Amino acid sequence: MIDYYEYIRAQNFPHIWCAGCGDGIVLKSFIRSLKKLGIAKDDAVMVSGIGCSSRTPGYIDINTLHTTHGRALAFATGVKFANPRLKVIVVTGDGDATAIGGNHYIHAARRNIDITCLLYNNYIYGMTGGQVSPTTPRGMNASTAPFGNIEPAFNISGLAQAAGASFVARGDVYHVQQLDKLIAAALGKTGFSLVEILSPCPTAYGRRNKMGTPVDLMNWLKDNVVAKDKLDKMTEEEQRGKVPSGVLWDVEKPEFCGEYAKLVERLKTDKKKA
Amino acid sequence: MDRYEMRLSGSGGQGLILAGKIMAEAAVIYDGRNAVQTQSYGPEARGGASKAEVVISDGDIDYPKALSLDLLLALTQVSCTKYSADLKEGGILIVDSGLVKDLPPGNFQVYRAPITEIAVKKVGKAVVTNIVAVGILTKIAGVVSEDAVRKAILARVPKGTEELNMKAYEEGLKAAAELIGT
Amino acid sequence: MSTTPKGKVIMIAGNEACAEGALYAGCRFFAGYPITPSSEIAEHLCRKLPRLGGKFIQMEDEIGAMGAVIGASLTGMKALTATSGPGFSLKQENIGHAVMAEVPCVVVDVQRGGPSTGTPTLPAQMDVQQARWGSHGDHGVICLSAATAQETFEQTIRAFNLAETYMTPVLLLIDEIVGHTTEKMVIPEPGAIEVVNRAKPAVPPAKYVPYAPTESGIPVLADFGTGYRYNVTGLCHTETGFPTNDPKRIEANILHLTDKIERHRDEIMRWKAFRLDDAKIAVFAYGAVARSARRAVIEAREAGIAAGLFEPTTLWPFPYEAILETAGRVKAFVAAEMNLGQMAREVELGAKCKAEVHRVNRVDGDPITPKQILEKIKEVA
Repeated sequence: MIDYYEYIRAQNFPHIWCAGCGDGIVLKSFIRSLKKLGIAKDDAVMVSGIGCSSRTPGYIDINTLHTTHGRALAFATGVKFANPRLKVIVVTGDGDATAIGGNHYIHAARRNIDITCLLYNNYIYGMTGGQVSPTTPRGMNASTAPFGNIEPAFNISGLAQAAGASFVARGDVYHVQQLDKLIAAALGKTGFSLVEILSPCPTAYGRRNKMGTPVDLMNWLKDNVVAKDKLDKMTEEEQRGKVPSGVLWDVEKPEFCGEYAKLVERLKTDKKKA
Repeated sequence: MDRYEMRLSGSGGQGLILAGKIMAEAAVIYDGRNAVQTQSYGPEARGGASKAEVVISDGDIDYPKALSLDLLLALTQVSCTKYSADLKEGGILIVDSGLVKDLPPGNFQVYRAPITEIAVKKVGKAVVTNIVAVGILTKIAGVVSEDAVRKAILARVPKGTEELNMKAYEEGLKAAAELIGT
Repeated sequence: MSTTPKGKVIMIAGNEACAEGALYAGCRFFAGYPITPSSEIAEHLCRKLPRLGGKFIQMEDEIGAMGAVIGASLTGMKALTATSGPGFSLKQENIGHAVMAEVPCVVVDVQRGGPSTGTPTLPAQMDVQQARWGSHGDHGVICLSAATAQETFEQTIRAFNLAETYMTPVLLLIDEIVGHTTEKMVIPEPGAIEVVNRAKPAVPPAKYVPYAPTESGIPVLADFGTGYRYNVTGLCHTETGFPTNDPKRIEANILHLTDKIERHRDEIMRWKAFRLDDAKIAVFAYGAVARSARRAVIEAREAGIAAGLFEPTTLWPFPYEAILETAGRVKAFVAAEMNLGQMAREVELGAKCKAEVHRVNRVDGDPITPKQILEKIKEVA
């Protein structure tokens, strides 16, 4: 049995998240992964941007850095590059990472810097009251899309893969055992690892779109998020409306800090030769 | 000497900023005087009008840019026309005779030399036009010692091009000697 | 001009002198983005840092560069970024984060003309008020200036010293002329110029409170990864580093950010006086314009006019007291700047109508010449 109190900042509870929010589930899953991998609290740095998910650092007893909107990956790049010994985790949301922080997102992936990015996708700007985000599905309502969203949504896992990340996975807060495995795998990977985590926002998204209670939203995840292997075996008809989950991409490629270390060594060797 | 001001002008890519740095470094590091080098350039990496200025003095140099030029080097017609207004009466004007046809009105000591042609035909590479020019203006201006400039060139040019650049410098000195009849 | 220290004489441009000053100060992290006329600072450091155990990264944008610098600083590294006007605008958001979170770092702005893309290759001094008020919210700011390569070297070191002493971002504003003027500089021997390093916590982790009030008012932030686990945020926070909505604590946080600079203003503010003691006309100038002003003062004296130069090398906090004291002795100030009078407003505030403040302004991309200033001196004498 894991003692969560060993990892949380109990003095900051109760947390600010709404009843039915998935963010607390991710926090616990992350704590289990830290414990499983034996990562010391002193060696872990969590960096976040702005939004509901970005409040996670306040609740976990490691080195924590809450930054500006969209910029977590840029700050995290500085932390990791300055001290590669540290395990750096970025906690961010769909609006934070793929709208205002989109540039840092694709470039952190391109560099393949050894950062684990936990991107909570709730399809909406929750903290600011339910504005449309780059991942809001077409046709859904938001406070700034009252007549239905007319824009296509980003595939944020696909974006990270295309930009150069070495590990990409998608999980959700209903399938928690799978989520634990995905977060642990991401933390164990050397390189830029993304875990897109579908986490419902009953307050700003579910309610506005008449999706029912928080339990109904959980049931939606249960019925519609399907492991990729399983989904691949389904008929086209069965696949409709389903979201693939699991490890979507896992390759070995040069990591930024390691490449820089090699450059430093090369310069030393060149100097000796000279 | 209070202030000796020279402006090296031409088009972007001719290496005039490097030429300016060489003159300034020669004055300071090898002749033990004071010098300041500034530059001005447009958005073009190649072409356009570009200038480097060098102020040489035995004292402190406060204002770093040229106020009243003692010497203007112009490697193109555009730069000659654009940058000659600050040349003082009786000042030295050195132009590339192959590229500058119209001289500005005024009472100047004018020296015409086929600078680019010397680089291409006598040294064998257009890329050393700036160093040929350095040789010419060193000899004509006479404010920085020829040896100091030689050392400054060797310290600045890429490894493996020393011989080529020395040849360019010597050709410049030679061309200048012919112009002033020494 | 600076008093010349002992050491190796080299010829160096202001931008490279800035990079060398950073290295002398112990800076081992640079993150930047290409922008004229500051790029030579990055180009110099990308060659040097990997050989000195340091880190260099060209980020995807200006905002990211500022973020990376703050992240690196929190691991204990002295970190630098360099930019020019448009990039300085972009960095303001994260400069504000460094102010709020009290993370030391240095931001160099090699000024060009604005607004917007303006004149990328031409000098200006149009960012001096942005340096003070560019990031939103009330807070103290430390901003330095330099006029020569030697001074740029020394002011870069001072910028790091002030950043580490007062746990705040420090801005260094130079301009295209200073950045691109190659001139004589002496690299002092190591140890000849004082280098300040960040204070370390004096208590064990269990007793550590990151933003606890100290005697000097300056917090002691531990390096990430050293066993002191704490929270850093851009939100208003208590001394624990955790966010607060308590009005009293919000107020204390905001007042602290101004107070920690203001109560040390006498240690931070510096200016240079040249022939000012018996002057009737005080020229006020900084950066490259101070060089023109010095020449103008010499020429005015030769013409029989008692002129002097007041040259602030700390732009913020502004030396209002010294301006007032000078105003009591002179007939007029001549404030010369490559903008439309951004600091002349501060001179007027400081002078409290005890002396007239006349302006010499230039915004056409050409430098202010000694002659322009001299003519104004003659006109108002």
